Amino acid sequence: MKKNPLEIAGEEILKTAETFGGITHLLLDTFRSLFRPPLEFKNIIKQMTEIGLQSFPIIAMASLFTGMVFAFQIGFVSTNWLGAPTFIGMGTAIAIMKELSPVVSALVISGKVGAQIAAELGTMKVTEQIDALHTLGTNPVKYLSVPRFISCLIGVPVLTLMADVIGIIGGGIVSAQKFRVPFNVYWEEIISYVRFDAVAHGLVKSIFFGLIIVVVSCHEGLTCEGGAEGVGKSTTKAVVFSMILVLIADYLITVFLAAIGLGGEQ
Amino acid sequence: MIGIRGIKKSFGENEVLDGLDLEIRDGETLTIIGGSGCGKSVLLKCMIGLLRPDSGSVEIDGKDITQLKEKQLAAVQAKFGMLFQGAALFDSLTVAENVAFGLRYLRDLPDSEIKKRIREKLLMVGLEGIEDLKPAELSGGMKKRVALARAIAMDPKYILYDEPSTGLDPIMADVINDLILHLQGRLKITSIAVTHDMVSAYKISNRIAMLYQGKIEEVGTPDEIRQSKNPVVKQFITASSKGPIQMKIGGFSGYRGTGKGWQ
Repeated sequence: MKKNPLEIAGEEILKTAETFGGITHLLLDTFRSLFRPPLEFKNIIKQMTEIGLQSFPIIAMASLFTGMVFAFQIGFVSTNWLGAPTFIGMGTAIAIMKELSPVVSALVISGKVGAQIAAELGTMKVTEQIDALHTLGTNPVKYLSVPRFISCLIGVPVLTLMADVIGIIGGGIVSAQKFRVPFNVYWEEIISYVRFDAVAHGLVKSIFFGLIIVVVSCHEGLTCEGGAEGVGKSTTKAVVFSMILVLIADYLITVFLAAIGLGGEQ
Repeated sequence: MIGIRGIKKSFGENEVLDGLDLEIRDGETLTIIGGSGCGKSVLLKCMIGLLRPDSGSVEIDGKDITQLKEKQLAAVQAKFGMLFQGAALFDSLTVAENVAFGLRYLRDLPDSEIKKRIREKLLMVGLEGIEDLKPAELSGGMKKRVALARAIAMDPKYILYDEPSTGLDPIMADVINDLILHLQGRLKITSIAVTHDMVSAYKISNRIAMLYQGKIEEVGTPDEIRQSKNPVVKQFITASSKGPIQMKIGGFSGYRGTGKGWQ
Protein backbone atom coordinates (compact mmCIF):
# COMPACT_ATOMS: atom_id res chain seq x y z
CA MET A 1 0.00 0.00 0.00
CA LYS A 2 1.25 3.45 -0.89
CA LYS A 3 1.80 5.77 2.07
CA ASN A 4 0.68 9.38 2.02
CA PRO A 5 3.34 12.11 2.48
CA LEU A 6 2.09 12.88 5.99
CA GLU A 7 2.66 9.26 7.06
CA ILE A 8 6.14 9.27 5.54
CA ALA A 9 7.01 12.54 7.30
CA GLY A 10 5.65 11.17 10.58
CA GLU A 11 7.69 8.00 10.25
CA GLU A 12 10.86 10.01 9.57
CA ILE A 13 10.27 12.22 12.63
CA LEU A 14 9.70 9.14 14.79
CA LYS A 15 12.87 7.50 13.42
CA THR A 16 14.94 10.63 14.12
CA ALA A 17 13.52 10.87 17.65
CA GLU A 18 14.36 7.21 18.16
CA THR A 19 17.93 7.80 16.94
CA PHE A 20 18.38 10.72 19.36
CA GLY A 21 16.97 8.59 22.18
CA GLY A 22 19.36 5.77 21.29
CA ILE A 23 22.34 8.14 21.14
CA THR A 24 21.50 9.62 24.56
CA HIS A 25 21.06 6.13 26.01
CA LEU A 26 24.42 5.02 24.63
CA LEU A 27 26.09 8.17 25.98
CA LEU A 28 24.77 7.49 29.50
CA ASP A 29 25.66 3.80 29.23
CA THR A 30 29.19 4.69 28.10
CA PHE A 31 29.60 7.14 31.02
CA ARG A 32 28.49 4.48 33.47
CA SER A 33 30.83 1.87 31.98
CA LEU A 34 33.69 4.38 32.00
CA PHE A 35 34.03 4.14 35.78
CA ARG A 36 33.64 0.36 35.97
CA PRO A 37 36.99 -1.46 36.02
CA PRO A 38 38.89 -2.89 34.21
CA LEU A 39 39.84 -0.15 31.73
CA GLU A 40 40.93 -1.56 28.39
CA PHE A 41 44.32 0.21 28.28
CA LYS A 42 45.65 -1.84 25.37
CA ASN A 43 42.53 -1.16 23.38
CA ILE A 44 42.51 2.57 24.24
CA ILE A 45 46.12 3.02 23.08
CA LYS A 46 45.38 1.10 19.87
CA GLN A 47 42.33 3.26 19.14
CA MET A 48 44.16 6.48 19.93
CA THR A 49 47.07 5.59 17.65
CA GLU A 50 44.64 4.72 14.85
CA ILE A 51 42.67 7.96 15.26
CA GLY A 52 45.85 10.07 15.34
CA LEU A 53 47.68 8.36 12.49
CA GLN A 54 44.61 8.19 10.27
CA SER A 55 43.52 11.76 10.64
CA PHE A 56 46.71 13.76 11.14
CA PRO A 57 47.88 13.95 7.48
CA ILE A 58 44.48 15.11 6.20
CA ILE A 59 43.94 17.52 9.10
CA ALA A 60 47.44 18.92 8.51
CA MET A 61 46.69 19.52 4.82
CA ALA A 62 43.23 20.96 5.51
CA SER A 63 44.42 23.35 8.22
CA LEU A 64 47.51 24.46 6.28
CA PHE A 65 45.40 25.55 3.32
CA THR A 66 42.65 26.99 5.55
CA GLY A 67 45.27 29.16 7.29
CA MET A 68 46.74 30.18 3.95
CA VAL A 69 43.44 31.16 2.35
CA PHE A 70 42.29 32.99 5.46
CA ALA A 71 45.50 35.04 5.66
CA PHE A 72 45.13 35.79 1.95
CA GLN A 73 41.55 37.04 2.40
CA ILE A 74 42.46 39.29 5.35
CA GLY A 75 45.53 40.64 3.57
CA PHE A 76 43.53 41.24 0.41
CA VAL A 77 40.64 43.05 2.15
CA SER A 78 42.86 45.13 4.46
CA THR A 79 45.10 46.20 1.54
CA ASN A 80 42.03 47.34 -0.43
CA TRP A 81 40.30 49.08 2.45
CA LEU A 82 43.12 50.38 4.58
CA GLY A 83 45.87 50.58 2.00
CA ALA A 84 48.17 48.18 3.86
CA PRO A 85 48.06 44.49 4.87
CA THR A 86 47.25 44.83 8.58
CA PHE A 87 45.90 42.45 11.23
CA ILE A 88 46.80 39.37 9.20
CA GLY A 89 48.39 37.64 12.21
CA MET A 90 45.69 38.53 14.69
CA GLY A 91 42.79 37.85 12.31
CA THR A 92 44.16 34.54 11.10
CA ALA A 93 45.10 33.26 14.56
CA ILE A 94 41.77 34.12 16.15
CA ALA A 95 39.73 32.64 13.31
CA ILE A 96 41.88 29.51 13.21
CA MET A 97 41.91 28.87 16.96
CA LYS A 98 38.31 29.73 17.75
CA GLU A 99 36.48 28.49 14.70
CA LEU A 100 38.26 27.07 11.69
CA SER A 101 40.58 24.53 13.22
CA PRO A 102 38.03 22.93 15.63
CA VAL A 103 35.31 22.78 12.96
CA VAL A 104 37.51 21.71 10.01
CA SER A 105 39.23 19.07 12.18
CA ALA A 106 35.87 17.77 13.45
CA LEU A 107 34.49 17.50 9.91
CA VAL A 108 37.59 15.63 8.72
CA ILE A 109 37.46 13.32 11.77
CA SER A 110 33.73 12.68 11.18
CA GLY A 111 34.52 11.52 7.67
CA LYS A 112 37.59 9.51 8.55
CA VAL A 113 37.23 8.17 12.10
CA GLY A 114 33.42 8.31 12.36
CA ALA A 115 33.06 6.30 9.16
CA GLN A 116 35.61 3.74 10.34
CA ILE A 117 33.97 3.29 13.75
CA ALA A 118 30.49 2.88 12.22
CA ALA A 119 31.71 0.47 9.53
CA GLU A 120 33.77 -1.64 11.95
CA LEU A 121 31.10 -1.92 14.64
CA GLY A 122 28.39 -2.34 11.97
CA THR A 123 30.25 -5.27 10.42
CA MET A 124 30.69 -6.78 13.89
CA LYS A 125 26.95 -6.41 14.45
CA VAL A 126 25.82 -8.03 11.19
CA THR A 127 28.33 -10.89 11.53
CA GLU A 128 27.02 -11.60 15.07
CA GLN A 129 30.33 -10.67 16.71
CA ILE A 130 28.46 -8.31 19.08
CA ASP A 131 26.19 -11.21 20.12
CA ALA A 132 29.32 -13.33 20.56
CA LEU A 133 30.70 -10.70 22.97
CA HIS A 134 27.58 -11.05 25.12
CA THR A 135 27.92 -14.84 25.22
CA LEU A 136 31.55 -14.46 26.31
CA GLY A 137 30.56 -12.36 29.31
CA THR A 138 31.69 -9.06 27.79
CA ASN A 139 29.59 -5.92 27.62
CA PRO A 140 29.96 -4.48 24.07
CA VAL A 141 29.62 -0.89 25.34
CA LYS A 142 32.48 -1.45 27.79
CA TYR A 143 34.66 -3.31 25.30
CA LEU A 144 33.96 -1.31 22.11
CA SER A 145 32.45 2.09 22.96
CA VAL A 146 34.49 3.10 26.00
CA PRO A 147 37.98 2.84 24.40
CA ARG A 148 36.79 4.77 21.32
CA PHE A 149 35.09 7.34 23.56
CA ILE A 150 38.25 8.00 25.61
CA SER A 151 40.42 8.07 22.48
CA CYS A 152 38.19 10.61 20.73
CA LEU A 153 37.79 12.80 23.81
CA ILE A 154 41.58 13.06 24.08
CA GLY A 155 42.50 12.68 20.41
CA VAL A 156 40.20 15.31 18.89
CA PRO A 157 41.43 18.24 21.07
CA VAL A 158 45.07 17.17 20.53
CA LEU A 159 44.54 17.07 16.76
CA THR A 160 42.80 20.46 16.98
CA LEU A 161 45.81 21.94 18.79
CA MET A 162 48.09 20.59 16.05
CA ALA A 163 45.74 22.07 13.45
CA ASP A 164 45.99 25.45 15.26
CA VAL A 165 49.77 25.42 14.91
CA ILE A 166 49.77 24.27 11.26
CA GLY A 167 47.03 26.76 10.28
CA ILE A 168 48.97 29.65 11.83
CA ILE A 169 52.14 28.53 10.02
CA GLY A 170 50.13 28.44 6.76
CA GLY A 171 48.90 31.99 7.40
CA GLY A 172 52.47 33.07 8.14
CA ILE A 173 53.73 31.69 4.83
CA VAL A 174 51.11 33.65 2.82
CA SER A 175 51.65 36.77 4.91
CA ALA A 176 55.39 36.68 4.20
CA GLN A 177 55.28 35.55 0.57
CA LYS A 178 52.24 37.41 -0.72
CA PHE A 179 52.03 40.55 1.43
CA ARG A 180 55.70 40.98 2.40
CA VAL A 181 54.87 40.98 6.14
CA PRO A 182 57.85 39.18 7.72
CA PHE A 183 57.10 36.12 9.85
CA ASN A 184 58.42 37.75 13.04
CA VAL A 185 56.01 40.69 12.62
CA TYR A 186 53.14 38.26 11.98
CA TRP A 187 54.14 36.25 15.06
CA GLU A 188 54.62 39.36 17.27
CA GLU A 189 51.10 40.46 16.40
CA ILE A 190 49.69 37.09 17.44
CA ILE A 191 51.65 37.08 20.71
CA SER A 192 50.60 40.59 21.69
CA TYR A 193 46.93 40.50 20.72
CA VAL A 194 45.74 36.91 20.96
CA ARG A 195 44.98 35.64 24.46
CA PHE A 196 44.94 32.07 25.70
CA ASP A 197 41.14 32.37 25.89
CA ALA A 198 40.94 31.91 22.11
CA VAL A 199 42.80 28.56 22.30
CA ALA A 200 40.65 27.41 25.23
CA HIS A 201 37.50 28.45 23.35
CA GLY A 202 38.47 26.21 20.42
CA LEU A 203 39.53 23.34 22.66
CA VAL A 204 36.28 23.27 24.64
CA LYS A 205 34.43 23.05 21.34
CA SER A 206 36.65 20.27 20.07
CA ILE A 207 35.96 18.14 23.18
CA PHE A 208 32.22 18.37 22.48
CA PHE A 209 32.78 17.65 18.78
CA GLY A 210 34.80 14.55 19.68
CA LEU A 211 31.98 13.41 21.94
CA ILE A 212 29.36 13.92 19.21
CA ILE A 213 31.39 12.05 16.57
CA VAL A 214 32.19 9.04 18.74
CA VAL A 215 28.74 8.56 20.25
CA VAL A 216 26.89 9.00 16.94
CA SER A 217 29.27 6.64 15.11
CA CYS A 218 29.22 3.96 17.83
CA HIS A 219 25.43 4.16 17.97
CA GLU A 220 25.07 3.77 14.21
CA GLY A 221 27.47 0.81 14.22
CA LEU A 222 25.90 -0.98 17.18
CA THR A 223 22.36 -0.59 15.80
CA CYS A 224 23.27 -1.56 12.23
CA GLU A 225 21.03 -4.12 10.53
CA GLY A 226 20.77 -5.83 7.18
CA GLY A 227 24.12 -7.13 5.93
CA ALA A 228 26.54 -5.26 3.69
CA GLU A 229 23.89 -2.77 2.57
CA GLY A 230 23.07 -1.99 6.20
CA VAL A 231 26.74 -1.36 7.00
CA GLY A 232 26.95 1.08 4.07
CA LYS A 233 23.82 2.93 5.19
CA SER A 234 24.95 3.11 8.83
CA THR A 235 28.35 4.44 7.80
CA THR A 236 26.86 7.18 5.63
CA LYS A 237 24.34 8.08 8.32
CA ALA A 238 27.07 8.26 10.97
CA VAL A 239 29.13 10.69 8.88
CA VAL A 240 26.23 12.90 7.78
CA PHE A 241 24.64 12.98 11.23
CA SER A 242 27.95 13.77 12.98
CA MET A 243 28.75 16.57 10.54
CA ILE A 244 25.34 18.23 10.91
CA LEU A 245 25.38 17.90 14.70
CA VAL A 246 28.92 19.33 14.84
CA LEU A 247 27.81 22.41 12.88
CA ILE A 248 24.69 22.93 15.01
CA ALA A 249 26.64 22.35 18.24
CA ASP A 250 29.31 24.80 17.03
CA TYR A 251 26.81 27.64 17.04
CA LEU A 252 25.23 26.70 20.37
CA ILE A 253 28.56 26.22 22.17
CA THR A 254 29.92 29.48 20.73
CA VAL A 255 26.90 31.40 22.07
CA PHE A 256 27.30 29.71 25.46
CA LEU A 257 31.06 30.34 25.66
CA ALA A 258 30.58 33.97 24.64
CA ALA A 259 27.94 34.31 27.38
CA ILE A 260 30.31 33.01 30.06
CA GLY A 261 33.10 35.15 28.64
CA LEU A 262 35.49 32.48 27.36
CA GLY A 263 37.04 34.00 24.25
CA GLY A 264 34.10 36.39 24.02
CA GLU A 265 36.26 39.51 24.01
CA GLN A 266 38.13 38.55 20.89
CA MET B 1 17.19 -27.68 32.64
CA ILE B 2 15.73 -25.13 30.28
CA GLY B 3 11.96 -24.54 30.33
CA ILE B 4 10.41 -22.33 27.70
CA ARG B 5 6.78 -21.42 28.36
CA GLY B 6 4.46 -19.59 26.00
CA ILE B 7 7.03 -17.25 24.50
CA LYS B 8 5.96 -14.78 21.84
CA LYS B 9 8.28 -12.63 19.77
CA SER B 10 7.40 -10.29 16.92
CA PHE B 11 9.49 -8.05 14.70
CA GLY B 12 7.19 -5.28 13.50
CA GLU B 13 4.13 -7.03 12.11
CA ASN B 14 5.97 -10.30 11.64
CA GLU B 15 5.07 -12.70 14.46
CA VAL B 16 8.00 -15.13 14.63
CA LEU B 17 7.30 -17.03 17.86
CA ASP B 18 3.67 -17.48 18.84
CA GLY B 19 3.28 -18.97 22.31
CA LEU B 20 6.03 -21.58 22.02
CA ASP B 21 6.58 -24.24 24.72
CA LEU B 22 9.67 -26.46 24.93
CA GLU B 23 11.64 -28.26 27.60
CA ILE B 24 15.30 -29.21 27.33
CA ARG B 25 16.51 -31.89 29.74
CA ASP B 26 19.96 -31.89 31.30
CA GLY B 27 22.57 -33.83 29.37
CA GLU B 28 20.55 -34.29 26.18
CA THR B 29 21.15 -33.00 22.66
CA LEU B 30 17.97 -31.47 21.31
CA THR B 31 17.82 -30.34 17.70
CA ILE B 32 15.29 -27.79 16.53
CA ILE B 33 14.42 -28.20 12.86
CA GLY B 34 12.34 -25.97 10.62
CA GLY B 35 12.36 -24.06 7.35
CA SER B 36 14.53 -21.05 6.64
CA GLY B 37 13.29 -17.93 8.44
CA CYS B 38 10.84 -19.83 10.69
CA GLY B 39 12.42 -18.41 13.85
CA LYS B 40 14.93 -21.08 14.89
CA SER B 41 17.75 -18.62 15.50
CA VAL B 42 15.35 -16.21 17.24
CA LEU B 43 14.38 -19.04 19.61
CA LEU B 44 18.07 -19.74 20.38
CA LYS B 45 18.73 -16.05 21.02
CA CYS B 46 15.72 -15.88 23.37
CA MET B 47 17.15 -18.87 25.29
CA ILE B 48 20.46 -17.14 25.92
CA GLY B 49 18.97 -13.70 26.60
CA LEU B 50 20.29 -12.00 23.45
CA LEU B 51 16.66 -11.26 22.55
CA ARG B 52 13.92 -10.59 25.07
CA PRO B 53 10.60 -12.28 24.23
CA ASP B 54 7.52 -10.05 24.13
CA SER B 55 5.77 -12.39 26.58
CA GLY B 56 6.23 -15.82 28.17
CA SER B 57 9.11 -17.13 30.27
CA VAL B 58 12.49 -18.77 29.69
CA GLU B 59 13.68 -20.61 32.79
CA ILE B 60 17.32 -21.60 33.03
CA ASP B 61 17.89 -23.88 36.04
CA GLY B 62 14.73 -22.49 37.62
CA LYS B 63 15.50 -18.78 37.01
CA ASP B 64 13.29 -16.84 34.59
CA ILE B 65 15.84 -14.89 32.53
CA THR B 66 13.22 -12.63 30.94
CA GLN B 67 12.91 -10.84 34.30
CA LEU B 68 16.63 -10.49 35.05
CA LYS B 69 18.64 -7.26 35.07
CA GLU B 70 21.73 -6.96 32.84
CA LYS B 71 24.23 -8.04 35.52
CA GLN B 72 22.24 -11.07 36.67
CA LEU B 73 21.62 -12.02 33.05
CA ALA B 74 25.36 -11.94 32.38
CA ALA B 75 25.84 -14.47 35.20
CA VAL B 76 23.31 -16.83 33.57
CA GLN B 77 24.84 -16.25 30.11
CA ALA B 78 28.17 -17.44 31.54
CA LYS B 79 26.63 -20.94 31.72
CA PHE B 80 26.30 -20.93 27.94
CA GLY B 81 28.64 -21.37 25.03
CA MET B 82 27.34 -20.56 21.57
CA LEU B 83 28.50 -21.53 18.12
CA PHE B 84 27.20 -18.88 15.71
CA GLN B 85 26.08 -19.58 12.16
CA GLY B 86 28.93 -17.59 10.60
CA ALA B 87 31.38 -18.51 13.41
CA ALA B 88 31.44 -14.80 14.55
CA LEU B 89 35.16 -14.87 15.35
CA PHE B 90 36.65 -11.48 16.22
CA ASP B 91 38.50 -10.43 13.04
CA SER B 92 41.03 -8.21 14.76
CA LEU B 93 42.22 -10.92 17.18
CA THR B 94 44.31 -14.05 16.58
CA VAL B 95 42.91 -17.58 16.96
CA ALA B 96 44.49 -17.87 20.44
CA GLU B 97 43.06 -14.51 21.56
CA ASN B 98 39.65 -15.56 20.24
CA VAL B 99 39.66 -18.85 22.14
CA ALA B 100 40.94 -17.16 25.31
CA PHE B 101 38.57 -14.19 25.07
CA GLY B 102 36.09 -15.30 27.73
CA LEU B 103 38.82 -16.65 30.02
CA ARG B 104 40.63 -13.34 30.20
CA TYR B 105 37.48 -11.43 31.07
CA LEU B 106 35.76 -13.73 33.49
CA ARG B 107 38.57 -15.31 35.42
CA ASP B 108 41.92 -14.30 36.84
CA LEU B 109 43.97 -17.11 35.40
CA PRO B 110 47.76 -16.97 35.03
CA ASP B 111 49.06 -16.65 31.45
CA SER B 112 50.58 -20.15 31.45
CA GLU B 113 47.22 -21.69 32.42
CA ILE B 114 45.43 -19.72 29.68
CA LYS B 115 47.96 -20.91 27.08
CA LYS B 116 47.48 -24.50 28.25
CA ARG B 117 43.70 -24.17 27.98
CA ILE B 118 43.93 -22.66 24.47
CA ARG B 119 46.08 -25.59 23.28
CA GLU B 120 43.83 -28.12 24.97
CA LYS B 121 40.58 -26.74 23.53
CA LEU B 122 42.04 -26.38 20.03
CA LEU B 123 43.23 -30.00 20.20
CA MET B 124 39.71 -31.06 21.22
CA VAL B 125 38.40 -29.66 17.93
CA GLY B 126 41.30 -31.20 16.00
CA LEU B 127 43.39 -28.09 15.43
CA GLU B 128 47.01 -27.49 16.27
CA GLY B 129 49.65 -24.85 15.63
CA ILE B 130 47.27 -22.17 14.32
CA GLU B 131 47.25 -20.02 17.47
CA ASP B 132 48.83 -17.00 15.80
CA LEU B 133 46.71 -16.95 12.62
CA LYS B 134 43.96 -14.39 12.08
CA PRO B 135 40.38 -15.58 11.27
CA ALA B 136 40.70 -14.22 7.70
CA GLU B 137 43.45 -16.80 7.07
CA LEU B 138 41.22 -19.77 7.99
CA SER B 139 38.84 -21.86 5.86
CA GLY B 140 35.11 -22.03 6.68
CA GLY B 141 35.44 -25.37 8.47
CA MET B 142 38.43 -24.22 10.50
CA LYS B 143 36.58 -21.04 11.51
CA LYS B 144 33.68 -23.13 12.83
CA ARG B 145 36.06 -25.36 14.76
CA VAL B 146 37.87 -22.37 16.30
CA ALA B 147 34.47 -20.90 17.20
CA LEU B 148 33.59 -24.23 18.82
CA ALA B 149 36.86 -24.18 20.80
CA ARG B 150 35.98 -20.63 21.93
CA ALA B 151 32.48 -21.74 22.95
CA ILE B 152 33.78 -24.62 25.11
CA ALA B 153 36.77 -22.71 26.54
CA MET B 154 34.87 -21.71 29.66
CA ASP B 155 33.46 -25.19 30.28
CA PRO B 156 29.82 -24.18 29.76
CA LYS B 157 26.87 -26.16 31.09
CA TYR B 158 24.86 -25.55 27.93
CA ILE B 159 26.05 -25.17 24.38
CA LEU B 160 23.97 -23.74 21.55
CA TYR B 161 24.73 -24.55 17.93
CA ASP B 162 23.21 -22.23 15.32
CA GLU B 163 23.27 -24.09 11.98
CA PRO B 164 26.55 -25.93 12.72
CA SER B 165 26.82 -27.54 9.29
CA THR B 166 25.52 -24.69 7.08
CA GLY B 167 27.97 -23.43 4.48
CA LEU B 168 30.29 -26.44 4.77
CA ASP B 169 30.91 -29.26 2.31
CA PRO B 170 29.25 -32.59 3.30
CA ILE B 171 32.50 -34.08 4.62
CA MET B 172 33.39 -31.07 6.74
CA ALA B 173 29.75 -30.94 7.92
CA ASP B 174 30.12 -34.53 9.10
CA VAL B 175 33.43 -33.70 10.81
CA ILE B 176 31.57 -31.01 12.76
CA ASN B 177 28.79 -33.50 13.59
CA ASP B 178 31.41 -35.96 14.89
CA LEU B 179 32.96 -33.19 16.96
CA ILE B 180 29.59 -32.32 18.49
CA LEU B 181 29.05 -36.00 19.39
CA HIS B 182 32.60 -36.31 20.72
CA LEU B 183 32.24 -33.21 22.91
CA GLN B 184 28.86 -34.43 24.05
CA GLY B 185 30.34 -37.77 25.13
CA ARG B 186 33.38 -36.25 26.76
CA LEU B 187 32.07 -33.09 28.40
CA LYS B 188 28.46 -34.18 29.10
CA ILE B 189 27.15 -30.77 28.07
CA THR B 190 23.46 -30.15 27.38
CA SER B 191 23.31 -29.16 23.72
CA ILE B 192 20.70 -27.37 21.69
CA ALA B 193 21.22 -27.21 17.94
CA VAL B 194 19.15 -25.56 15.24
CA THR B 195 19.49 -26.83 11.70
CA HIS B 196 17.59 -27.62 8.55
CA ASP B 197 20.10 -30.34 7.68
CA MET B 198 18.29 -33.63 8.48
CA VAL B 199 21.44 -35.78 8.12
CA SER B 200 23.05 -33.74 10.86
CA ALA B 201 19.85 -33.69 12.98
CA TYR B 202 19.48 -37.51 12.92
CA LYS B 203 23.13 -38.02 13.73
CA ILE B 204 23.63 -35.71 16.70
CA SER B 205 20.24 -35.63 18.45
CA ASN B 206 18.65 -37.45 21.36
CA ARG B 207 15.44 -35.60 20.54
CA ILE B 208 14.28 -33.50 17.60
CA ALA B 209 11.70 -30.68 17.77
CA MET B 210 10.04 -29.28 14.66
CA LEU B 211 9.29 -25.54 14.69
CA TYR B 212 6.42 -24.42 12.47
CA GLN B 213 4.38 -21.21 12.47
CA GLY B 214 5.87 -19.98 15.73
CA LYS B 215 5.10 -23.13 17.73
CA ILE B 216 6.67 -26.56 18.28
CA GLU B 217 4.78 -28.87 15.92
CA GLU B 218 6.21 -32.15 17.25
CA VAL B 219 8.97 -33.38 19.57
CA GLY B 220 10.40 -36.89 19.52
CA THR B 221 13.41 -39.12 19.20
CA PRO B 222 15.00 -39.31 15.73
CA ASP B 223 13.14 -42.60 15.12
CA GLU B 224 9.79 -41.14 16.17
CA ILE B 225 10.36 -38.16 13.88
CA ARG B 226 11.31 -40.44 10.99
CA GLN B 227 8.04 -42.34 11.38
CA SER B 228 5.89 -39.30 12.13
CA LYS B 229 2.43 -39.16 10.58
CA ASN B 230 2.24 -35.37 11.03
CA PRO B 231 2.01 -33.94 7.47
CA VAL B 232 4.13 -30.88 8.37
CA VAL B 233 6.94 -33.00 9.80
CA LYS B 234 6.63 -35.53 6.98
CA GLN B 235 6.93 -32.84 4.30
CA PHE B 236 9.98 -31.32 5.98
CA ILE B 237 11.94 -34.52 6.56
CA THR B 238 11.24 -35.84 3.09
CA ALA B 239 12.28 -32.47 1.61
CA SER B 240 9.15 -32.10 -0.51
CA SER B 241 7.74 -28.88 -1.92
CA LYS B 242 4.23 -30.38 -1.77
CA GLY B 243 2.39 -30.26 1.53
CA PRO B 244 1.10 -27.91 4.18
CA ILE B 245 4.35 -25.91 4.46
CA GLN B 246 4.24 -23.14 1.89
CA MET B 247 7.27 -21.07 1.07
CA LYS B 248 6.70 -17.51 -0.06
CA ILE B 249 8.54 -17.00 -3.32
CA GLY B 250 8.27 -13.62 -5.02
CA GLY B 251 4.63 -12.88 -5.85
CA PHE B 252 3.59 -16.51 -5.40
CA SER B 253 2.11 -17.63 -2.15
CA GLY B 254 3.39 -21.16 -2.68
CA TYR B 255 2.57 -24.49 -4.20
CA ARG B 256 -0.78 -25.58 -2.91
CA GLY B 257 -0.47 -29.14 -4.10
CA THR B 258 -3.40 -29.01 -6.49
CA GLY B 259 -1.36 -30.42 -9.32
CA LYS B 260 -2.07 -27.33 -11.40
CA GLY B 261 1.21 -25.60 -10.69
CA TRP B 262 1.94 -22.33 -8.94
CA GLN B 263 -1.01 -20.31 -7.79
